[in-house]
Amino acid sequence: MKKIDTYRQIVGDEIVDELYLIAEKLKGITIKNINSTLKGGGVAEILSRIVPLMQDLGINISWDAITANKRFFEITKKIHNCLHGVDLDLTKDEKDYFLQVNKENAERIEEWADVVFIHDPQPIALVHKKRKLKNKWVWRCHIDFSSPKRDVWFFLRNFIEKYDATVFSAVAFARKLPLRQVLITPSIDPLSDKNKDISDSFIDSVLNKFGIDKNKPIVTQISRFDYLKDPIGVIKAYRLVKRYIDCQLVLAGGGATDDPEGRQVLDQVKNEAASDKDIFVLHLPADSNLEINALQQASTIILQKSLREGFGLTVTEALWKEKPVIASCVGGIPLQIAHKYSGILTYTIEGTAYWIKQLLHERNYARRLGINGKKHVKNNFLITRHIADYMLLFLSLYNPAATITL
Amino acid sequence: MPFRFYTRITQVELLDKEAKNVEELLEGIKTVSSFSIYHHTHHYLEQHRYFSPEYSNDFSYWITHSLGLRALGEKIASIDIVQFKDIEGLRQKFIEILSSYLDNNTSNLRNSLPKEKFRFLSSRIFILPTHFYAHNLAEFIDCLSKVTIHSVYFHICEARLRLKRETNDFSLWLKDQGYHSLASKISRLDPYTYTLEGLRHKIIDLIKKESGIEED
Repeated sequence: MKKIDTYRQIVGDEIVDELYLIAEKLKGITIKNINSTLKGGGVAEILSRIVPLMQDLGINISWDAITANKRFFEITKKIHNCLHGVDLDLTKDEKDYFLQVNKENAERIEEWADVVFIHDPQPIALVHKKRKLKNKWVWRCHIDFSSPKRDVWFFLRNFIEKYDATVFSAVAFARKLPLRQVLITPSIDPLSDKNKDISDSFIDSVLNKFGIDKNKPIVTQISRFDYLKDPIGVIKAYRLVKRYIDCQLVLAGGGATDDPEGRQVLDQVKNEAASDKDIFVLHLPADSNLEINALQQASTIILQKSLREGFGLTVTEALWKEKPVIASCVGGIPLQIAHKYSGILTYTIEGTAYWIKQLLHERNYARRLGINGKKHVKNNFLITRHIADYMLLFLSLYNPAATITL
Repeated sequence: MPFRFYTRITQVELLDKEAKNVEELLEGIKTVSSFSIYHHTHHYLEQHRYFSPEYSNDFSYWITHSLGLRALGEKIASIDIVQFKDIEGLRQKFIEILSSYLDNNTSNLRNSLPKEKFRFLSSRIFILPTHFYAHNLAEFIDCLSKVTIHSVYFHICEARLRLKRETNDFSLWLKDQGYHSLASKISRLDPYTYTLEGLRHKIIDLIKKESGIEED
């Protein structure tokens, strides 16, 4: 059985049948994804899942990464920070080097395709090949592009305007552009280690390993140790709850140890939690997907108290596990949570504490939130929907009508 | 002729138009394509299908939450969409209500926060055939219980307003089969006050009652 067919048990035959039907219409069209790396990071993770599934559907799709050195990635990291509004200057040398590496890669890549699907800013300048190849080019921006620094915006705009279409994850991440802007939300893979069903015994073994009591309510935040995820705020909210309810707090996530800021945040969190045996600060290795899955499944409530957020896929993962989620109303989180229907949206430490107490007391209501949240993810944020959206995007490059009968 | 169930998938696009107050919203509503008006008044039905949403369209939600104009927001939310035969009629209704508001509130136009501007979207639809066919009422019920809610949405809402058919596809087929009363009952349903799952069950119940087909 093809891997794509294993999703029938989750989303139903009709959804997978639809995928085959759309894929049929893409016969004869070749597609090539290009990003900055084949391993590591969210883009590589989603491509490593989506590309084989699309190949299963019979689509002629491939994936390549640019070749570059440390200097190039230092420049692209700077571009990334500028897109997030950080006040840095990109020198002429840096811009020239960025272009040079893109040009070298454009020459190195031997096989192109009818549709070239470029991900994020690193390979954006490859589009200069379009004039010669006369094919379709789409730029997929996975990051928040709403308030870039002016200089970097002008630099990138020159390339963006050469594309046939752009793709953003949400309205809030996009900005005015003189070309098609398609909105495609990210997704999670329900069959990945992070999201698949796991046995109760495995969940118990993970709780035992970390000394977490499964008979006492567990409030969890999964995220890397980063100020923007506000782990200290989470501890403060927990302390407000703890006055009334005996519960445990789990703060678990990766966070690069070579990132000095990440290390500093982790130390601070550990320091803050030190005297409380019911706070578990778990710094997990990068490949701890099954452990994270188990911690999420074991949780009574899941938090995402971020100060800033991208789309917030940790929220998607928690909702998929039918958990009541309390999360900040930032980034893509309001797209996933309708307040009081599929989760709770908060703005402050006090508000977060208030809702933790409510949900720990009103378990039936909390259960209802979880059920609604899972339905919402099933209908909108699974990988099968993501694949359908990409296929329709490619088809729409050849048929611009507002109503298209396949 | 058997009834063939179709389904559809939407592709959403961001338009190069935004509004920070009622005046700009009105200007946008006057000039965007009918597909944009359709999108802003219909996508809720599919996205939050497990409950009946408080706000039936994006305009009312934005007016209420980002501008804090509750009475105007409620008025826009309460427009009876089912009464409109096409999107242009619906567009005119929005224009009428917003113009009237502006006529009576000439000063002190309230602006949204910069990050909460209304961004106009539009949608392109892709219609796909399914493998569900019904030759009679029993098969129709069976298929209707199995198709996705996108298919229910397509045949009920999209057929009428976006594809400009005289009524919903189910009623058209039932009428052809001689079930005039059933066709009429289904065409009188207000789909905007049900969740799509609720609508599916309501139609199945109506067919079962009318035809005497036993409950499972």
